[in-house]
Order: sequence, then C-alpha cells, then structure tokens
Amino acid sequence: MTALVEVSNLSKDFGGVHAVEDVSFAVEAGQVYSVIGPNGAGKTTLFNLITGLYTPTGGEVKLNGEPTGKLQPNQLAERGMCRTFQQMQICMNMTAIENVMLGRHLTLKSNLLTTLFRLPALTRGETAARNKAAELMEFVGCGNYLDRDAAAMSYGALKRLEIARALAAEPKVILLDEPAAGLNAVETEALEALIRKIAEQGITVMLVEHDMKLVMGISDRLLVLNYGRVLAEGTPAQIRVNPDVIAAYLGG
Amino acid sequence: MAQLANFRLKGLLLLAIVVFALPLFISNPFHYGLATQIALIAGAVVGLNLLVGFAGQISLGHAGFFGLGAYFSGIMTSNYGWSAVPALLVGAVGVGLIAWVVGRPILRLKGHYLSMATLAVGFIIAIILNNERALTGGPDGMPVPSFDVFGWELSPFNQYSLLGVEISGDLAWYLFAGVVLLVAVWLAQNLIDSPIGRALRSVHGSEVAASVVGVDTAKYKSLVFVISAIYASVMGALYGHFQGFITPSVASFDFSILLITMVVLGGMGSTIGVIIGAVVLELLPQVLADFQEMEMVLFGLILMLTMIFMPKGLLPTAAGFWAKRRAQTAGGKA
Repeated sequence: MTALVEVSNLSKDFGGVHAVEDVSFAVEAGQVYSVIGPNGAGKTTLFNLITGLYTPTGGEVKLNGEPTGKLQPNQLAERGMCRTFQQMQICMNMTAIENVMLGRHLTLKSNLLTTLFRLPALTRGETAARNKAAELMEFVGCGNYLDRDAAAMSYGALKRLEIARALAAEPKVILLDEPAAGLNAVETEALEALIRKIAEQGITVMLVEHDMKLVMGISDRLLVLNYGRVLAEGTPAQIRVNPDVIAAYLGG
Repeated sequence: MAQLANFRLKGLLLLAIVVFALPLFISNPFHYGLATQIALIAGAVVGLNLLVGFAGQISLGHAGFFGLGAYFSGIMTSNYGWSAVPALLVGAVGVGLIAWVVGRPILRLKGHYLSMATLAVGFIIAIILNNERALTGGPDGMPVPSFDVFGWELSPFNQYSLLGVEISGDLAWYLFAGVVLLVAVWLAQNLIDSPIGRALRSVHGSEVAASVVGVDTAKYKSLVFVISAIYASVMGALYGHFQGFITPSVASFDFSILLITMVVLGGMGSTIGVIIGAVVLELLPQVLADFQEMEMVLFGLILMLTMIFMPKGLLPTAAGFWAKRRAQTAGGKA
C-alpha cells in the first residue's frame, strides 16, 4: 500500500535559515499523524510546504503517489487536501454558514448563466450546500451560529468553524495547525473527541499541536522536529521513551 | 440565505418603487435628464462595486472602460451605420476581452501596486481617445446618434405613447434607464448570492482560506474585473447615446475617482448603498454649482471624511445605527 502523503528530503530555506531541512516521512491513509516540536522547529513551515503555500527549496511531496510539484493550494484541494491555520483564516465579511458553504466550492458546479439569472439548478445546489454546511456545523459543535456574522463569533467557535469549512470540501486528508491553541481544558477535550470522529469517517488527519496530552492520546504516529530536522519518528509509546525527545523537551 | 434572499428582494423592490414613483414628483426635462444620467452612472457603479466592495480589489481606471463602451458604440453607429444594440453588445464583449487581457497580469498585484496599474490603464485609454482624432474627434469629442432598437428610435426629443398614455421622450429615456438599472442590480445581486459570489467575497475576506478550499483566486479576480468592465462599457454606451455627444472626459481620471468615491461613500459591498452614493455625488454639483472649480477638492474631502468617520459608507452605517436604536427601544420596553 502506498502512503497517502509521502514527504521525501524536503527542505526550505529562508535566506540563510534552514526552516525545514531534509525531512522525510510517510502518512498512511486513515492515520492520525502528528507533528510536534519546540517553537520554531519548522512545523508550520512543513505544513505550508505540504499544502503548496510555500515552494520547497529541495525535496518533494507526493499526494496519493502523485508528486505535487508546483501545484497551487487550490489544485491540491481538488486532489483532496484541505487544512486549517494556526492564525485562523476566516472570511469575516461573511456569515458563519457562508464560510462553511465556501468549503463546498469544488463540489458546486455553477456557471455564469445559471448564476446571473438565478435558474432553479443554482437554487437547488445552494439549498443542498446549505444543508450540508448546517450539518457540518452541527458536527463540529457550532450549530447554533448558522446565520451569525463570522466577526461576531468567539475564538473557540471560529476554530471549529474553520474545521467545518475544511470538512465541507470532503478531503481525503485534513491538516490541522494547532487546533487546540488558545482553547481551555473543556474545549480541548471536545476537540479531541471531534478529531476522533473525523478519523472514524476515514479521513486522514495530520496535526501540528503543542498539547502533549491531546497528541499522545489520539495519534497513531508522531514526527518530532527540532531546528527543522527530524529528531524522531514513531508511535506515541516509542516517542515517549526516546532519549533525544526527552532531552529536546526538558533541556538535556 | 433565506435572510439574504429576503434582504435582496426588499432592496430591489424599494429601488423599483423609487424609480417608478419619481416621475410623480418631477416633470421638467432637465430633471428627467439628470435622473437618467444618474441611473446610467449608478449602473456602472453597481458593477464597480462588485470588484471593489465584494472582491476587495481596486480599479482607479474604470472610467476608461466606460469611455471605451461609449466611443465604440458612438463610432460604430455614426461612422459605420450599425444599429445601437449590436454596437453596444459587441463593444461590451470587446471591452470584456480587453479587461481580461489587461486584468490577468495586473490582478497579481495588491494594494497600492494594483491602484497604480489600474490608474495607468485608465490613462492609456484616455490618451488614445484624445489622440485618435480621425476616429474619436480628439479632445473636441464626437456626436453620437440616438439609441435605437432595430429602427425604433429612443430620443429625448420625440413623443411616445406607452399603453395609450402620451409620454415625452425625456420620460421615456428615464424609464428605460431606470429599467436598465434595475436589471443591473438584479444581476449583481444574483451574482453575489451564489457560489461564484461567495468565492469573490472570500478573495476579499481571506485569499489563503479561499485557495485552500479550492478557489482559483486568480481566475475569480479576472472574472470580476471583466464583469465590472462590461457593466461600465454597457452603461458608457447608453450614456453616449443618451447625451448625444461625448468627449474624452467620460474616460478621464477625474471620472474614475468620482466612480470610486460613489462606491466608498454609498457603502462598499452594499448594492443599494452605492446607488445612493451615485445619487448624492451627482446631485451635489447641481446644488453647489457656484463652486464648480472646487468640485474635485470637494470629492476628495468627501472621500477622506467617509474613510475616517464612516468607513462602511452611508447605507451600512445608517442601517447599523437604526438597528442599534431599535434594539435599544426594544430593550427599554422589556
């Protein structure tokens, strides 16, 4: 079985800084795969490389066996990759549900003619998209915000909204960049349950996260980065006892 | 969406009532002429608002497309004997193509750089219209034949009978322009409340978010640039036929700035709001005719004050104020 996401010898330099250096790993379909490491270890840079926001200095990423090369983020989305951001990217000029409906963009076939004259085909598609979006907002736990302006929502609700938007695109793999950052203990527990539910649907989850309890609890495998390089890779049990990891985290 | 649809219909209905009720209050040809001119310019502003208010891009050269539409239709009808409708349509397609070719490269730019690039596009068009004397008459302008629909002529100087009622040419032109504006608003609102409209608004809200869910942001920016250019071209062509005479001032920098000021004053992203912006800024010079040479200064000042004190624009600010008042009174009663 080939890996869903395969990263080989990936590097990214910013000027003289090696943000990501010679990183290789593979994520099997259906896994929850987490990337951890101290601040500045290159985790978000790695995600930006995988999702096409940055162009790598060296190495390559394969999605479903196909090299992603110079594909743009929207082309990767077409191939089943979707993500959320550490610095949330929500369209504050739209309502909550419109943000999620934006996630249906690729599944909604619309042309200028049906749009300009608002033909029945468009209305049908919109109704279906709205129902799906409402269902997803319920699923992530912000079902009572439907027609609220995104700008009027709380931080925690927006984080879940961003996940709903990514799920709306029906991805094969979803990348969550620090979904628990800024959440309290109760919200983090709800998030853990949500990630489990996502994984149960057969969606591969890649996670960048600092909350060790969360990461160790739900991950199938872990990648530990330090100064842009791979420090360790393995199951949570292996990582927990890895002397290099302990040294990096506790200062050895 | 139900809410949005409701809101959309209310705005369109309100506009229709205003458009059709106006003739009950005015009757002199000058006022009809002014109202017709406002309706046509408002149509172009509705198109510009799609680009600026919804997709968050800017064009400081939009008068260029307005002018191209006006001149193309004028030249084809007066020099080549075309009928006005095909001239207007072919002109719109041509202007759309020009906007697409120009838009592809410059819409990669953001902020000030995009402003400069669109500014240059407007200038180039104005310079061409000024210099191609053989075709355009140069700075002196050119006469444009009346608008006709396959032989049936619409002129302010004719008399018509509509459903057995005698109406003047001025009123006929006004009603025609009013209907055109209503159609322009209807199409714009349909576009906004659709998957394409969502994609456009997401380009404004967060380009990164748009791209990771699969929106080809470059494509949508080009699309809205082309659509807004076509709006300008069609309205420009009608404007030329209505005025009967055009000069390169229809493509001037001053006019581009006026169009943008209408969008900002009325309320970026509010289709009805920008029409109010167009009405206010077209009526203002009539009221302040004595300060004619200060017009640009005044518009600049309005633009500045709006940005500082009312960044959302007239209508959204007023609507917000009203909603707050209503919430307060409701709270007081409870």
